[in-house]
Amino acid sequence: MTAGASTMTDVAGPGSEAANYEERAFGFWLYLMSDGIIFALLFATYVVMLGQTAGGPTGKELFSLERAAGETALLLLSSATFGFAAVATAANERSRVLLWLIVTVLLGIGFLFLEYGEFAGMIAQGAGPDRSGFLSGFFTLVGTHGLHVSIGSLCILVMIGQVLFKGLTTPVVSRLARVGLFWHFLDIVWVGIFSVVYLPGLL
Amino acid sequence: MDVSGLPVERSIRPYLIGLGLALILTAIPFALVATGALARGTTLVIIAIAAIIQILVHLGFFLHIGFRSTPRENLIALAFAGVLIFFMVGGTLWIMFDLYYRMMV
Repeated sequence: MTAGASTMTDVAGPGSEAANYEERAFGFWLYLMSDGIIFALLFATYVVMLGQTAGGPTGKELFSLERAAGETALLLLSSATFGFAAVATAANERSRVLLWLIVTVLLGIGFLFLEYGEFAGMIAQGAGPDRSGFLSGFFTLVGTHGLHVSIGSLCILVMIGQVLFKGLTTPVVSRLARVGLFWHFLDIVWVGIFSVVYLPGLL
Repeated sequence: MDVSGLPVERSIRPYLIGLGLALILTAIPFALVATGALARGTTLVIIAIAAIIQILVHLGFFLHIGFRSTPRENLIALAFAGVLIFFMVGGTLWIMFDLYYRMMV
């Protein structure tokens, strides 16, 4: 398969179908790298703002270790289940792909549910993003990640539809691979969030 | 190389290994914070080390980054992003905390 794909590219030239998909994969990779830079700078902003609580609540009073652990577990497991879906895709087993994608999106929605509860609880007790520089930094960083997870879950739902109705065709498999990259990338950002925001905040 | 521009995935093994390692690397810092077993400074260092190792585990086992298997241009883009992040985040923290310190004195 490896040799076949590259031969086809060589013969058909840059405009061929295989080259087209490789270009998309590379383009998406460049997007992920630029997104990574955005997150890195949001982390930097958060750390700079960490002490600027303006007399408001600190992370120690607001964060919950249990909730952070639950969110981490859901996101970690969902990264693995997306991997199982990718393996099932390579094996061309449609029903297993669907099963694992559904499990993944349920875990993602579970994560969003926990995060929504956390944000709503904080805002209800007057610790919203307008309370202090620290909380602005917190909501911008963690909220941007949550927005990405929401979009990722939406993409997985769309892919479930495409696998159902179009089957595992070349364009669908190629899209699925890119959604997978996005999903695993979000898990890496989350490792940064619990290591920079929650754990030091609760220490 | 398949249409995705990534190696074809035949086994769930890397995902299981990655998940196992990630769970261990997550459990250690969470347990340290929950129990408060070690001094604050030591715990922070362990959190940082566990996070860096876990990011490498994710890159290797979930995103399948490898020096031979990943296309060269993807690795260059990753390295370039890493360099940019180092300068921009490092520079931000350096300047802002230096400023903060000077305004306190």
